[in-house]
Amino acid sequence: MAVPDRGVVQGPPARPVTATRFLNWGTWGAIAVLFAVSVQQTGFNLEVVGQGMGDFLRFFGRLAPDWRALPQIWGPLVETLQIAWLGTVFGTILGLPLIFLASFNTTINPPVMFVARSILTVMRSIPDLLYAAILAPILMIGPLPGVAALTLFTMAVLAKLASEAVESIDPGPLEALRAAGAGRNRMIVFAVLPQIGATLTSFILYVFEINVRASVIIGLVGAGGIGNLINRYLSFFDYSGLGTLLIVVFGVVLAIDQLSVWLRSRLI
Amino acid sequence: MSHITFANVEVTYPGGLKALKGVDLEIPQGQFVVIVGLSGAGKSTLIRTVNSLVVPSAGDVRIGDRSVTRARGGELRRLRSDIGMIFQTFNLVKRSSVLRNVLAGRLGAVQPLRGVLGLFPKADVAFAHECLRRVGIPEKAFARADALSGGQQQRVGIARALAQRPSVMLADEPVASLDPPTSHAVMRDLKRIAREDGITTIVNLHFIDMAREYADRIVGMRDGLIVFDGTADDATDQVFEDIYGRPIDEDRDIRGRT
Repeated sequence: MAVPDRGVVQGPPARPVTATRFLNWGTWGAIAVLFAVSVQQTGFNLEVVGQGMGDFLRFFGRLAPDWRALPQIWGPLVETLQIAWLGTVFGTILGLPLIFLASFNTTINPPVMFVARSILTVMRSIPDLLYAAILAPILMIGPLPGVAALTLFTMAVLAKLASEAVESIDPGPLEALRAAGAGRNRMIVFAVLPQIGATLTSFILYVFEINVRASVIIGLVGAGGIGNLINRYLSFFDYSGLGTLLIVVFGVVLAIDQLSVWLRSRLI
Repeated sequence: MSHITFANVEVTYPGGLKALKGVDLEIPQGQFVVIVGLSGAGKSTLIRTVNSLVVPSAGDVRIGDRSVTRARGGELRRLRSDIGMIFQTFNLVKRSSVLRNVLAGRLGAVQPLRGVLGLFPKADVAFAHECLRRVGIPEKAFARADALSGGQQQRVGIARALAQRPSVMLADEPVASLDPPTSHAVMRDLKRIAREDGITTIVNLHFIDMAREYADRIVGMRDGLIVFDGTADDATDQVFEDIYGRPIDEDRDIRGRT
């Protein structure tokens, strides 16, 4: 290494010409082009948005709550929460085996792991609302398709998150139990579950939070819960009822979110 | 019978590294053998062929007249449940209690459903407490494993292995993570228990003085081969210089003086 002479003032080194510099320009260019094409194709127009503003505000004014609607709201709201909870519970139970089959350190063999991971990838690529829309006509309109939809969604998301946690555990205890002659299930119970227990519980609460929000929406496609009521208010132009419902849902979802966040912060 | 026979054992890892290049070794029942050698000499690999955590690419390892290398599935698990193992990093489940860690040693022996549910017979729980008493920490049974000191954690490791009622004990650098006085205490416990129960024991060490002090027999390994096999008295400084391939005064660490 050459040592520069003292006293010789050296300017900062010239910025090297690197590939990343061009990539950055390329990235900004791509974003601009995609933006332009999307605006063009969707016919997005700020002027129209501006003209609609007045209608929007008038509509918003009609959402003034009418608290006499409350008794109508409680039933479907409770049903919504029940759908979210059942979906979380069933999804967790059905997802548990998939967690371990999809993790390299607890799976049976590589082909089984590949199949489990593929199933999860496909399941995750379908949004919960689409599950509900497909299942509602099959399982009859009502809470049942909602529970089924959220069960599938919970399985896919939870197994993916948890299998990443399983793969990052300390492998030492697994080796020790293998050396002691324990089979796979016993290794999972004794060496894996104690290590991921807190994380897994936290993930389950997190998925429950998502499910509560999703269960409000899936009623719109006939999967039970408060979404049904939203549909009815909208079709009967009962905007004050809708306003009441929105405030109640906002409060309940926010409360559950906060409770869950607090519980999760206590876990880890 | 629990004498151990290595017959021309070779191990080639995926990627082509030849860790063992044909090892022949005969260990009589109840012998306390210390294997010495530099890191990478093949000590850990050799010890792991005894319970098939590493499967030889050629050759055969037998305990008594049963081949561990050829065993599969349930037969392999039964063989393993007869072989205790302790590790450099202890390999305890840190968030579980000491007692539960020791009971894990019974997992190879209990009925499958009981094992999965963690419902151990009363006799097993009593025996786990007895194992903790033998390694001198009976009062720690209900502490969390990660609340213990290193020396205590390794004792839990030994108790877990003892809970298997093993006839063979493998120890892979059991004191490499411990300070010298604790190392000696742990080695003394290991030797005493092996003697009392007549357990055939293989210990990997890289400290010369410790090998001389505790071994019935010292086996030196270098580059995947056995280059020395004799008693502690046979293992002169010259022998160790050959095993390590360098003068021992140059690096005082390998003496392990306390």
